[in-house]
Amino acid sequence: MTAGDTKTLPLEDMHQAAGARFGTFAGWHMPLTYPLGVFKEHLWTRQDAGLFDISHMCLFAVDGPQSAKLLSRACPLEAEPLAVGQGKLSFFLDENAGILDDLIVTRTGAERFIVVANAGNAESDEKHLREIAAGYDCSIAVLPFVFLALQGPKAEDVLKRAGFGPLPERFMTGLELDGGGFVSRSGYTGEDGFEIGLPLDHATTLAEKLLTDERVRWIGLAARDSLRLEAGLCLHGQDISPETDPVMAGLLWAIPKPLREKGGFIGAEALASLGNPKRRRTGLRPEGRLPVRAGAPLFDPAGKPVGTVTSGGFGPSVDHPVAMGLLDAELVLPRQPLHTEVRGQKIPITVHSLPFTPHRYRKG
Amino acid sequence: MSATYFTEDHEWLRVEDGLATVGITDYAQEQLGDLVFVELPEIGRSLSKGDTAVVVESVKAASDVYAPVDGEITEANDALSSEPALVNSSPRDGGWLWKMRLSDKSQLEGLMDEAGYKAMIG
Repeated sequence: MTAGDTKTLPLEDMHQAAGARFGTFAGWHMPLTYPLGVFKEHLWTRQDAGLFDISHMCLFAVDGPQSAKLLSRACPLEAEPLAVGQGKLSFFLDENAGILDDLIVTRTGAERFIVVANAGNAESDEKHLREIAAGYDCSIAVLPFVFLALQGPKAEDVLKRAGFGPLPERFMTGLELDGGGFVSRSGYTGEDGFEIGLPLDHATTLAEKLLTDERVRWIGLAARDSLRLEAGLCLHGQDISPETDPVMAGLLWAIPKPLREKGGFIGAEALASLGNPKRRRTGLRPEGRLPVRAGAPLFDPAGKPVGTVTSGGFGPSVDHPVAMGLLDAELVLPRQPLHTEVRGQKIPITVHSLPFTPHRYRKG
Repeated sequence: MSATYFTEDHEWLRVEDGLATVGITDYAQEQLGDLVFVELPEIGRSLSKGDTAVVVESVKAASDVYAPVDGEITEANDALSSEPALVNSSPRDGGWLWKMRLSDKSQLEGLMDEAGYKAMIG
């Protein structure tokens, strides 16, 4: 892990000045925490408005007469009937229906879509999409934006007071701004909020302005992880991967049944032929206060290995450890008792529904 | 009379009559972030320098705290079971981790004083 290989956020100086502690994530030098600390940053986001720099994530614009057709081939998604402004969670699947990445696809024009992809997969996603796009009449461009997220119950009011807009009115809708920029009502915390891609100078001005509002604080990657885990949201490369398909991942809801039957997307045949999965993703609640981390084994009451914890930590809002894992499907039952091991100690852990904290998206 | 020593692993030891109280420094607690769990050592356990004595868990990760010298655990800070955040709010006082009876006082000679430690963390 040499500094030379690590990418630096365009707003790194602002994070330095804010007193951030940094760490490496998906090849990026990222703010992990600010002086507020992960616990208070987490709670701040649930109560006020947390500002996240998510410029490590990648935005693509897919543009042209066959852009919808391309995305309907590349993703298990019916892009054609999407209304302008509408966004959907989707995936790149491989031929075995393994999840190469999870994405948000938003239609922003008659022939134009914005795709938001994960940092760790940005390069392979771009290559993958360009390969598929070879036969289609459309272009793919990586948008060189700074990407910010403002999350929490005060997010909308903060942006309105800052004079920023127009804002999408409902969860999973988005729009492009005149003069360059993309705003969607989405996020990775379970709260109402916005993800905002802007050219560097506009992003700097906006971040500075937002931080003058006393309801806004910078929030680091550590709290981003605890927020998403409480909200039951997957981290690609950890909870989902090419080794998991949408059925195991509990994400089949994102691929409507008529589309599964119709097929036409990469991975459709494999997805249609999947039987009941051996394992499924589930929420897990460790007993007591000791956090159980990714990689911890799961055992049934008889001591048989039945799965693995894929994400685990402490949930500041629920005030207890929280985890997710892949578990033998027949044991994914409400409050099913299991146990795990941490440093040789046997720790009781039970199946728990997801999310741990209710989603508070603006659906209205 | 007590003397306080520091280690390169960001621990402090307050030694009085051959008994050391051990904790982590303010710098260390800041690096670790908010602690949510402290796994305390068993009383009576003998440790060699470098053995894991305590595991502290932050929201994000677990970290080992090593025995800075050889000795036997005589007491653990039970207050941390219900309030692990004491290590963050009061690392040099209420957030102490354990006490140990030293088996070899000469090992203290290799440790730093406060000025040396401050110079190390810069």
